[in-house]
Amino acid sequence: MASVRLEDVHKTYPNGHVAARGLTLAIEEGELLVFVGPSGCGKSTALRMIAGLETPTSGRVWIGDRDVTQLPPQERDIAMVFQSYALYPHRTVRENLAFGLRMRGSSRTLIEERVARAAFALGLEEFLDRKPGQLSGGQRQRVALGRAIVREPKAFLFDEPLSNLDAKLRVDTRAELGRLHRRLGATMVYVTHDQEEAMTLGSRVAVMHDGVFQHVAPPMDVYSRPANRFVAGFVGSPAMNFFDCDCEEREGAPCLVSGALSVPVQAGEWVRKAGPGAILGVRPHDIELCAASDCDVPARVDVVEPLGSEVLLHLQLGTDAEAEHVRAVVSPEAGARVDDVVGLRFHRDRLHIFKSSSKTRLN
Amino acid sequence: MSGWRKWLPVGVVGLLVLATAFPFYWAVVSSLTPEARLFEAPPLLPVELVFDHYRALFDERNFWIPIRNSLIVAGTTTALCVSVGALCAYALARLDFRFKGLILGFILAVTMFPQISIVSPLYLLLRELRLVNTYPGLILPYLTFAMPLTVWLLVGFFRQLPRELEEAAMVDGASRLTAFREIIIPLALPGLATTAILTFVYSWNEFLFALSFTLGPERHTVPVAIALFRGQYQVPWGQILAAAVVATAPVAALVLAFQRRIVQGLTAGAVKG
Repeated sequence: MASVRLEDVHKTYPNGHVAARGLTLAIEEGELLVFVGPSGCGKSTALRMIAGLETPTSGRVWIGDRDVTQLPPQERDIAMVFQSYALYPHRTVRENLAFGLRMRGSSRTLIEERVARAAFALGLEEFLDRKPGQLSGGQRQRVALGRAIVREPKAFLFDEPLSNLDAKLRVDTRAELGRLHRRLGATMVYVTHDQEEAMTLGSRVAVMHDGVFQHVAPPMDVYSRPANRFVAGFVGSPAMNFFDCDCEEREGAPCLVSGALSVPVQAGEWVRKAGPGAILGVRPHDIELCAASDCDVPARVDVVEPLGSEVLLHLQLGTDAEAEHVRAVVSPEAGARVDDVVGLRFHRDRLHIFKSSSKTRLN
Repeated sequence: MSGWRKWLPVGVVGLLVLATAFPFYWAVVSSLTPEARLFEAPPLLPVELVFDHYRALFDERNFWIPIRNSLIVAGTTTALCVSVGALCAYALARLDFRFKGLILGFILAVTMFPQISIVSPLYLLLRELRLVNTYPGLILPYLTFAMPLTVWLLVGFFRQLPRELEEAAMVDGASRLTAFREIIIPLALPGLATTAILTFVYSWNEFLFALSFTLGPERHTVPVAIALFRGQYQVPWGQILAAAVVATAPVAALVLAFQRRIVQGLTAGAVKG
């Protein structure tokens, strides 16, 4: 096992597309770090540069204490699981599992032992003599995983390995990957566009957008103190509500004001940095219903979506046509119905305030 | 209505098969008919089977010499074409280098020359190289015509194979060449077989170069030998047709042998499907 480091890595494709703008990151030995972001954010490119399948335009890539920037993939001693699995269709499962060891000139006994162990761990023993075409999606996924673990490489790279599985299998395999990580204590880099996968799997999460790491931190930190507006909007489901606010002084206390909305906030250093305006963010789970007299803003219930344990409300602020829309998750006991006018109260300790210009976090 | 729809394709296919198979059938039947009967009203079924023409072909005309020549020339051309062409096509399909499109276009342009227009310059060139009336003297010109076709076909074939397979192989520790050998070649076998057959058939049947660049019967290939059967006063149709059957048989056998490979979908299960 080894650490993986990126040092100011840039990547511009020949067609001019910029996929990485100065990526710097240290992935520690034994860590499972997740790159997450919308499609086209550069997360796969970042992974492929670690694998050696793409060469950075500038910057360095380190695996352990070795600079591998210019090394081809076969000399990096990493294993990768592809989204498409990329199993060798003309070879049996056994040969697929053994391929990497065979390429590295391992002895026959070692190969047999490792393949047997991996097949046992992944429940593939009865499929060893089949070809990938005869396996189900889940079984193929396991073979791809097995091909990576038999190698005992310096680091594991996963490129959206679960996105071809159905929902239930995905949750199961996700848990299994987590267990695998704990058992092997291996350095893993995992790419996904699914923020739920990122949150549940990662020791740390690196949220990417536009070829830049927006926020690298443990999942709960990313969720509770997102570094900027993009991260705040990307992480968490349903997505955070945002309001473009003015900073005003009301009754001697600073307030964020947007139309009928007025939220008093604690004065702090950030108020000075904010300038005249700020973006207020509040998660749907941090909004509660209250009496109209005591609320931050009145709202009209537009759509009610019962989710079982809770209810997702789509609300409109104000009454005019250009009303702002807000999502709130409340308990079913609140009994909100369509067209009710309710009061909303934002959880004071869980407000997220971002600078209007740079969109970075202020509080 | 439904019966009509059902039988129409069968009828069309039947006609097609008949149209393609009939000349070959006719050649086989005629090659087994005595010379004297060949010019009577043609019977569809053989009346009297004789092997005279075949016997004459091998005993009197030493037809095994042109067959040997053709096998050597066509076989070598095919082997070189597929091995060199595959590497070439792989590079064009997968590696990043400049002027790729230009090179592909240029390769195709080479095949556009009318063969007849380059016979004379090629002859002079081969004479300088002392290659007239030798096997390389035929193989080299054939390569220049067959290689572009091979490369074009294989580039298309390699591009269809999922890139992740090679990437996985390289991450697994294979060099690019090893990945090519271990992963790409086995998966591209149908494509390789197709191009091999096309190349073989082309060089087996080629006439103009073979006629121009060979001087005596010891280097004549099958088509040239057949063409030179005709004497001053008579055309030995029976022997010509027998020779045609002999010349077609190996090619037909080759196609049949590789047919399964060509049809087989080898990539099933490689990626999510």
